[in-house]
Amino acid sequence: MSTEINTSTTSESSPSVYPVNYTFRIFRGNDNTGEFINYEVAVEEGMVILDAILSIQENQDTELAVRWNCKSGRCGSCGMEINGMPKLACMTRLSDFDPKIPITVTPMKTFPVLKDLVSDVSWNYEVNKTIQPFTPNENSDFVYQQEDIERSREFRKCIECFLCQDVCHVIREHDKKDSFGGPRFFVRSAALHFHPEDTADRSEWLKEGQGGIGHCNITRCCTDVCPEHISITDNAIIPQKEYVVDNYYSIWGWIKKQFNK
Amino acid sequence: MTLQIYEHDVIIVGAGGAGLSAAISAAEQGVDVGVVCKSLLGKAHTVMAEGGIAASLGNVVQDDDWRSHFLDTMKGGWGLNDPKMAEIHAMESPERVLDLERWGAVFDRTTDGRISQRNFGGHRYTRLAHVGDRTGLELIRTLQDKAVSLGIKVYMEYTITEILKDSTGKKMAGAFGYWRVTGLPVLFRAKKIILATGGSGMAYRVNSSSWEYTGDGPAMALRVGAELVDMAFVQFHPTGMVWPLSVKGTLVTEGVRGEGGVLKNSDGERFMFNYIPDAYVGSIADTEEEANRWAAGDASARPPPELLTRDVVARAILNEVVEGRGSEHGGAYLDIASQRPTEFILRKLPAMYHQFKELAGIDITKEPMEVAPTCHYMMGGIRVDPETQETCISGLYASGEAAGGLHGANRLGGNSLSDLLVFGNRAGIHAGETAQKMKSFPKIPEKHIESAIDHLSFPFNNTSSGEHPFQLRDELQTIMEEYVGIKRDEEGLNKGIKELQKLKSRTSNLVATGSPSYNAGWQTCFDLINLIDVSLAIAYSALERKESRGAHTRIDFPVPSDSLGKIKFIVSLSSDKFNISNVSIPTPRKELLSMIKKDQTKQKSGGKK
Repeated sequence: MSTEINTSTTSESSPSVYPVNYTFRIFRGNDNTGEFINYEVAVEEGMVILDAILSIQENQDTELAVRWNCKSGRCGSCGMEINGMPKLACMTRLSDFDPKIPITVTPMKTFPVLKDLVSDVSWNYEVNKTIQPFTPNENSDFVYQQEDIERSREFRKCIECFLCQDVCHVIREHDKKDSFGGPRFFVRSAALHFHPEDTADRSEWLKEGQGGIGHCNITRCCTDVCPEHISITDNAIIPQKEYVVDNYYSIWGWIKKQFNK
Repeated sequence: MTLQIYEHDVIIVGAGGAGLSAAISAAEQGVDVGVVCKSLLGKAHTVMAEGGIAASLGNVVQDDDWRSHFLDTMKGGWGLNDPKMAEIHAMESPERVLDLERWGAVFDRTTDGRISQRNFGGHRYTRLAHVGDRTGLELIRTLQDKAVSLGIKVYMEYTITEILKDSTGKKMAGAFGYWRVTGLPVLFRAKKIILATGGSGMAYRVNSSSWEYTGDGPAMALRVGAELVDMAFVQFHPTGMVWPLSVKGTLVTEGVRGEGGVLKNSDGERFMFNYIPDAYVGSIADTEEEANRWAAGDASARPPPELLTRDVVARAILNEVVEGRGSEHGGAYLDIASQRPTEFILRKLPAMYHQFKELAGIDITKEPMEVAPTCHYMMGGIRVDPETQETCISGLYASGEAAGGLHGANRLGGNSLSDLLVFGNRAGIHAGETAQKMKSFPKIPEKHIESAIDHLSFPFNNTSSGEHPFQLRDELQTIMEEYVGIKRDEEGLNKGIKELQKLKSRTSNLVATGSPSYNAGWQTCFDLINLIDVSLAIAYSALERKESRGAHTRIDFPVPSDSLGKIKFIVSLSSDKFNISNVSIPTPRKELLSMIKKDQTKQKSGGKK
């Protein structure tokens, strides 16, 4: 690894005359083996990291693997780590970086690397299957007000880029993939929980099931990296931790459980 | 190479709105369903849809019903729509929107707590069910979760390269391709296959598509004997971003205009008042004063000309630029900042705010956006039965953007999401029901499988002096922009066809290097083969259609022709030769025909609605 890391985030060091050459140190390899390769790209005004990577793919190395789709922050496909920070490559502008210092681009570290910048995110799709789906009241007429949906709306913005999963130390450092759902899926269960028509109780999933929300010690890293600016910790995780406490450790929760037995 | 084989009663190629709708309704028929998608689940183009789903729920304007929606769709399509499809679409879309709600989608609400609706171009009533400007995300996530809850198997990051037929050569028998992660070949045996592969925007340089929009469904269907219809009609969405260059073409939702945004040229003039076509004179406001009253909610005012259909607005912007009244970077100014308060814009258009703020450094609550036309949608596609969505190849279906016929010469905004829900659902039901009755899987002759496997490795067998896939794609986009773009003529189209044919003959020399695992160059070889076939189908159809109608503009034939307004052109392929034939458009049934005539007279006389 280079000792010099490009951490500039202000536009003070950004160029004023284009095109300007940037150097990209890109990880090439897979889970078992790999190396960093340097590529030079002539960058035009307004370009983002993904533009530079696609330019390398088209003009220098057609084998370079990168996952992307919409290129406008809608689909959440191009999550990767840029100078070690989990980011969407399509929404990270090069004008925020100093062209004199190489930019290091690596795949999301938390998941197995399939090739180059592409990680195997299939575990996330398996976690999703363990969550009880939307369960409305059978007789519901689906009449509700705009204010009833404001709370769930924030969670429904999630584009499933899995950057929050990537940065979460419970998965990244402690590898609790067998007993922890991760921030993305607390966002999903919150979206369902706060849906005005949903009737399901997902506290068991949250506490004892794949959710394992107790593992989360609210370091807020997930909130920091969310490209949709969802307040994951404050609005999705903490209320659901409280929900678990209410259902398991309060007297009313205990009584309810006795009735449901 | 070891061949992996999977079997499902129904295989769906594509996991956007049409594919997932089809998967859900097929699974509900009790058959085993597999969905094969080119990217990860939930990342298909549907996720980028912004404005809304057209459905005559009548929640905002009670007068709206399927008849008005049918009339608007036919009028927006310049009468070239398949009337049966337009009727089914208008009748069934409200129920499909309600399905989404029952499956958990959370739409914006009216004050009485029902699904809210918004205005869009060409829709006479407030008709689009929406979720801010992220309707596509809500739609795909809802369908995705529903499909997961039904236990539908999803194959992510697979590319299908060929549809295989049985030994009679008449029936569909399977889909062949490879897993992009390993590059290893895979065969999907199925009783029924539904192609829901979307469009082919990558044929043009300025587009609102991702890399995967390469016309796979139409091209593969064409090669096994299915027909394509209405291929001349390519929708250029009037409002794509123009600056910075790296995001040129990225979509700016029509919802901006639907919520009150106006178009201005460099003189600050609202130029759309100068471009009202005859068919819409009388139903569109002709003064700024009236348009402003409409925007303020006056029900007696007519909608502003910014809400004319997309073909009209795209040509108008192009014309302003050509005549020297374009914006700084060669487009028009789209201004909502001067029309609506900040809080309103942030609530109704949050994704647009985010997109301009982060990609262009522009605050749309304070400044106008710069916009210009971008290739957005294929009205044309695989020809299908209007009711079942089956192609002329038994067992092969198509729905959504990959299919053609519903939209005629121009699609109205919002009619795509409703199209994919309605016809995805129909394809799924029919394929599911008929697969249920089949006892065994169709047999695929071994030699077909072997040649499909051989074909996969051709780019690796070519020497390094061959064709570079990305360079060839660049050449293709240049040809299409130059000769088969928004404005066309005979000379250009003939040149374009010649160039495309040359390009096609060069595809056999395409080169890929290295390992097949996640190899973008190799993938682009197969994408290109499909793109070029679709591009040829577009060019041949455009050459044949000697008139201007909807999205198809011929400078040598600037007006619509009555006789051509009664026929559709069909493209088919026989021994690698493109054939163009035509069929008459079926006459709408009596009730609908008299409705259309009555509506035309009413609108001509200036009567509102």
